[in-house]
Amino acid sequence: MSPAGGPSPDAAGAAARLTGLVAALRAHGFGIGTGETVDAGLALEAVGFAERELVREALAATLLHGEGQRTVFDQVFDLYFPLGGAPGPAEAHGSTPADLAALRDRLAEALTAGDGAALDRLAAEAVGGFGGYGSGPESDGWSSYRTLSRLRPETLLARVRERLRATAAAEGPEFTERLLDDEIRRRIEGFRERVRTEARRRVAERQGRDRVARRAVAGTADGVDFLLAGRAQLDELRRTVRPLARKLATRLAARRRRAARGEIDLRRTLRGSLSTGGVPVRPVLRRRRPRRPELVLLCDVSGSVAGFAQFTMLLVQALHDQFSRVRVFAFVNRVDEVTGLIARGAADPAALGDRILAEAELTGWHGQSDYGTALGEFADRYAEAVGPRTVVFVLGDARTNGADPNLAALRLVADRARRVHWLNPEQPSLWGTGDSVAPAYAELVEMRPCRNARQLGELIGRLLPV
Amino acid sequence: MTTGFFTSVDDVAERLAATGYLASPAVATTVFLADRLGKPLLVEGPAGVGKTQLAKAVTEVTGARLVRLQCYEGVDESRALYEWNHAKQLLRITAGRGESWDETRTDVFGEEFLLPRPLLTAIRSEEPTVLLVDETDKADVEVEGLLLEVLSDFQVTVPELGTIMATRRPFTVLTSNASRELSEALRRRCLFLHIGFPEEELERRIVTLKVPGLDAELAASVVRVVGALRAMDLRKAPSVSETIDWARTLLALGADRLDERIVRETLGVLLKHQEDIVKAAAGLDLDVA
Repeated sequence: MSPAGGPSPDAAGAAARLTGLVAALRAHGFGIGTGETVDAGLALEAVGFAERELVREALAATLLHGEGQRTVFDQVFDLYFPLGGAPGPAEAHGSTPADLAALRDRLAEALTAGDGAALDRLAAEAVGGFGGYGSGPESDGWSSYRTLSRLRPETLLARVRERLRATAAAEGPEFTERLLDDEIRRRIEGFRERVRTEARRRVAERQGRDRVARRAVAGTADGVDFLLAGRAQLDELRRTVRPLARKLATRLAARRRRAARGEIDLRRTLRGSLSTGGVPVRPVLRRRRPRRPELVLLCDVSGSVAGFAQFTMLLVQALHDQFSRVRVFAFVNRVDEVTGLIARGAADPAALGDRILAEAELTGWHGQSDYGTALGEFADRYAEAVGPRTVVFVLGDARTNGADPNLAALRLVADRARRVHWLNPEQPSLWGTGDSVAPAYAELVEMRPCRNARQLGELIGRLLPV
Repeated sequence: MTTGFFTSVDDVAERLAATGYLASPAVATTVFLADRLGKPLLVEGPAGVGKTQLAKAVTEVTGARLVRLQCYEGVDESRALYEWNHAKQLLRITAGRGESWDETRTDVFGEEFLLPRPLLTAIRSEEPTVLLVDETDKADVEVEGLLLEVLSDFQVTVPELGTIMATRRPFTVLTSNASRELSEALRRRCLFLHIGFPEEELERRIVTLKVPGLDAELAASVVRVVGALRAMDLRKAPSVSETIDWARTLLALGADRLDERIVRETLGVLLKHQEDIVKAAAGLDLDVA
């Protein structure tokens, strides 16, 4: 390798850095083979080290296989190939209130200009000056949270707006004026991300890069555990519903096509073979009636598993044209049909959860989930929704808060339906612990763990009837 | 083995720009690497960001010949790779009555009776070639298997003729809309490039380049509105091609600045779903007529 100067002067160092990066990416579940690592090395040789963004793109082109991996890659890249010329942690930055005011002033200026390089420098300065904590060599560190809560970049909105207005041509109200606030907010969010990157880099310098790359880098959204996902992650997941639905629809169509090839109709084949002396020259295939299956979704929407249920509801709604009929029921301890709510809610998915809780009757005397009562009510009131062509998906953690599991009701549903699948967002080792009655239900219907969006996509693609 | 079209990343960016394709640093770097490492380039991204256009621009820059394989459901070996010209073979056999079996056999499976399809054409080509496999995700999984041999070694095996090696590696671009997940094996053989929506500054330059008559200030406003729409979580976010269409529409209507009425009336150029239009009108504070 012949690096053209820059942050990595010798070939051995560059190779070690590259393999370190690859190892960190593999720890995040990326399938990167040796061949690709070699290609990445060749790519680095071709572009040189003079420009950091080119190095980033060269590695991304050779190591990544999909756009979903990009956010994780960018974070890991920032750790292994940090910004050249950033001041070291020993370098002191002022941290007095006067320095803070001056920094905020310069930040407002950089935000007004939208100057990326200046924002990078300011982020480094801010973390250096206001993000440090602790004093001992073992207990100190750098925190983006601390930096941001002292710097409070979001409060600069009004100031940046004024400056931008002052620089713009004063020709009276322009149409694009109304976009200004959102644009500034996006710039500020960009700066916050820069601060987070900088804090991670400094911590990595202190604690060792490999450790931070494993722990502090958030994984891809589709790998986040439903039960642990925060609000922002659920929002991000929601955006993946439509592409995922499109992929599943293509997969279902392919399965349907294959299934439509049909089996040999023995009776008609033998009947036809009489004209050729009993030799079945022309096999006759059984005809299939083109008939799309029905789908019923029965979801626990109580607090703990709400995110999982909503995601699945939106996914099924996006797939609705693949089925002759989709009905969705929600319960906490009482059941109500929410099919209509979901169809309308597709336009505004973020508020879906609140609307379900507000507009459907899901709770009786108390607000805790009770599977036994809910299943009993479903079997009573909505038994007609389930027939021999219906596939039922039950979503929930099977935690009944100590109430009777009402196995008879589930058995009734299972007998009427073509198939019942239970998707449980808990890992199997937790089934049966505490108030979970998962093992009892699992004896009646097929229960599968489904902990993140990736698993859900795979399960739905495999289990959905064609 | 390199295709040897470009000398540096800047060279790529400059020469592509000369043909009217403004490449982001990511695009320029990846094109340069594809050229230098001689690997196929897999381009993904939303519709209308210029995936196919990229292949065409590279063709134009390098003066190469473009060979295009448009994938669709049911495309197969005989459409993608080669086919024997059966009718001509039959004619040959009928014409040559009286000759021995061995003579006929060796003769009818010769070059003359082979119909090359895009992949074989690209491999056998003596002149510089750009091979564009468009909408790879539309093809069935079996075709991917076929592509593997072609893309990893740039060779094709025809049982009757033997293995045909590429004399000159074609610059290969595969595009995909991700309607189906391509197999890992295929991805492994390619450099990966995702073309997303461009940065504001780049998009402004694209609009100015493609719609020359447009006022610079109006172009900036157009790009800002489109940026705001993309942040809105719509069913189909407007792409670069829609931005250009919108700019052309505004030019044709003789608008010299954006106002509420003209945005409301031309929103249909940018957004293709009624629910998106309603949502965007609310987001942009338009009075819904």
